[in-house]
Amino acid sequence: MTNPSIKTRIPGKAKKGEIIEIKAQISHDMETGQRKDAGGMPLARRIIKKFVCTWNGEVVISADWHTAMSANPLITFYALAEKSGAIKLAFHDDNGEVYEASADVVVE
Amino acid sequence: MTQMQGRGWSRRGVLAVAGAGAVVLGMPVAGRATPQEADDFAKKILGGAAAKSGKVQLIVKDVAESGANEPVRVVVDSPMSAADHVKAIHVIADGNPFPGVSSWFLTPKSGKADVAFRMRLAKTQVVRAYAVMSDGSVWQASQEVKVTIGGCGG
Repeated sequence: MTNPSIKTRIPGKAKKGEIIEIKAQISHDMETGQRKDAGGMPLARRIIKKFVCTWNGEVVISADWHTAMSANPLITFYALAEKSGAIKLAFHDDNGEVYEASADVVVE
Repeated sequence: MTQMQGRGWSRRGVLAVAGAGAVVLGMPVAGRATPQEADDFAKKILGGAAAKSGKVQLIVKDVAESGANEPVRVVVDSPMSAADHVKAIHVIADGNPFPGVSSWFLTPKSGKADVAFRMRLAKTQVVRAYAVMSDGSVWQASQEVKVTIGGCGG
């Protein structure tokens, strides 16, 4: 698997009190551990097991994911605009790696 | 071979059967969860709280286009204030190798209780969504989703 890449759609500006939509997709096989390779050997499980979104360091939403999440997870959720700052998305891989993306949002 | 021809084995028919066999062999051998296992899993993550019907909207198609990549959206009726908000949304599938799909933990900063993602469905089964509120009450919705092409674990 090539190194995962993250695509996000986060508005650059928001009004104070507005609820903004956030979309994100990470390229990841989300290997379930149930499949076998061509030689009949089981393929080891490797999924994104945890997702966390913070805004100015405070948690907006987090999630525990299981093997039933599709490959290349595409997610949509919302955040309440309070003050300007960075929205950070963190995807925690089974292998211990954390893939991150961030975007600055100006709140007026 | 002459016998087979006599019994009407067409080349196309033989290939179709071989193809179906290959698909079956490609499926994971692991067993499927049962509704009972899904119940047990729900009990575990909800701490035994009884779920009432309502407040939760589970938006998923009746017939999945692909078991590998089915859009699911859960919307919960809540003001999402500090005093009254959704703490968690759990999605559980009755017929996958593992019943848990995903658990989302929300805060008043989430703005609204509305999450969407895509899930795998190994076969036709019931999908459930549970919402845990800040007052401890649990709400639930479920829907059967027909699957013609299974997720096959990948």
